Amino acid sequence: MTEAEFATALMDPACPVPSGLVRPDGQPADRRFAVYRNNVAVSLTDALLTAFPVVARLVGQAFFTAMAAVFVRAHPPRSRIMMLYGADFPDFLASFPPVAAFPYLPDVARIEQGLRRSYHAADAEPLTMAALAIPEAALLAARLTFAPALQLIRSDWPIHAIWHHNTTGGPPPVPGPQDVLILRPDFDPVPQLLPPGGGAFMAQLLSGAPLIDALSATPPDFNLAAVLTMLVNGRAITGLAS
Amino acid sequence: MRDTRLVSLPLKPGVGYKPQHFADLLANPGPVQWLEIHAENYLGDGGRPLAQLRHLAERFAISVHGVGLSIGGAAPLDQDHLNRLKTLCDWLQPASFSEHLAWSGHDGAYFNDLLPLPYTAATLDHVAAHVAQVQDVLGRPMLLENPSSYLTFADSEMSEVEFLSQVARRTGCGLLLDVNNVFVSGTNLGFAPTAFVDAFPLDLVGEIHLGGHAVDRDEVGSVLLIDSHGHPVADPVWALYAAVIAKAGPKPTLIEWDNDIPDWPTLAAEASRAAAILGPVT
Repeated sequence: MTEAEFATALMDPACPVPSGLVRPDGQPADRRFAVYRNNVAVSLTDALLTAFPVVARLVGQAFFTAMAAVFVRAHPPRSRIMMLYGADFPDFLASFPPVAAFPYLPDVARIEQGLRRSYHAADAEPLTMAALAIPEAALLAARLTFAPALQLIRSDWPIHAIWHHNTTGGPPPVPGPQDVLILRPDFDPVPQLLPPGGGAFMAQLLSGAPLIDALSATPPDFNLAAVLTMLVNGRAITGLAS
Repeated sequence: MRDTRLVSLPLKPGVGYKPQHFADLLANPGPVQWLEIHAENYLGDGGRPLAQLRHLAERFAISVHGVGLSIGGAAPLDQDHLNRLKTLCDWLQPASFSEHLAWSGHDGAYFNDLLPLPYTAATLDHVAAHVAQVQDVLGRPMLLENPSSYLTFADSEMSEVEFLSQVARRTGCGLLLDVNNVFVSGTNLGFAPTAFVDAFPLDLVGEIHLGGHAVDRDEVGSVLLIDSHGHPVADPVWALYAAVIAKAGPKPTLIEWDNDIPDWPTLAAEASRAAAILGPVT
């Protein structure tokens, strides 16, 4: 019996238990092999449940567990670092027919994945508001650099409201697009709702555009001060480069 | 005279570190003098896990316990993963590094479980080569842990004790004796745990693990113990542990409780029970 045969049977319950695995009485160890199958299925499913609790709440735990069984066979971890397992899960949700009626699920999963990335991201020393108090022309020409903990998730769906409603009990979501900025002011990442235009603005800044170019993509009533305050309070701006 | 190359942790109880015990551990560690972390949980880039670990390392000796290296796998070790472990050990300078006699991935997929291997001349060769490689990269000796087993391989050519002894002899590594695993495997595979311990090279043991198991049955009604780490240490495991300490003298002893994690007083009470068996060591 080879490791490959063991691995194949491990991930496929329909596959017979490889011969050569025995009980103390020398008979085939089917029930005992099932311990390993169960351990792997439970540990990978639990990893997804830990990573995506709001998705699990939205679809129900029984459905989530059944869906996870499909996912883990198609997308087993490729890294031994389980803290970020499930990077493929949002795209899987977008293409999994049984959840096609819930088109916002992938973006909700992206918030949850973003929270995990942010939690484990490298520490960074932020700029204070005073450091941003430079002449307006210089500020507008500057390119901002950001803490690795910052994550931007843009959506056609009210994902911030959905996330809040299903975690801290915020008001029920109403239809409409929402862009979310995940910031980590200390050790706990917080998803913040960006004002209209904020998602395009942040996407520009993250791609390295100077502030003035990023502003050109925003609506006339865009509240720059509010977004800059959000970034500074979230300890997210780490540098200004001209 | 103890071999501090292999026995580098305090000869006292330690616990598997869980973040929910952070404040309790600092305020009231009880008999706990060292902590074990699962390496893979501390391979992120930053944030609270690493900040807590830096803080704890100022107060406690740390044992880094890998769960994902797949030393028993047929494939070459994952060099990126090994490098990440080296980075962790380089900055943390833990008292000990240990891993499992098991494999956990195949053909690029990782199964997040400790899987069994047959004990043959061929697997002995690659396990010994992997252990030697880990020790070379980390620049320190490692401890290799005996697994809990639910089945045996018809292909096996030697006992687990013989296999582990040979790996240690070839590589100079130490051994991590998981007493609960001995009891679980003995019950599941039909050997006497005391005979396993009697044959085990206790002088090479740098650490002992104690954990709880769950009780199940196989298809013919035989008791099947599951190494669940979700219960208190069972009484017969405490008795086996006491026999090991009576024979080997005090050893660094870890209480492992990874699932249905109890409150701190419950975990500290398990550590106190180990401390009582270890006795007043100076």
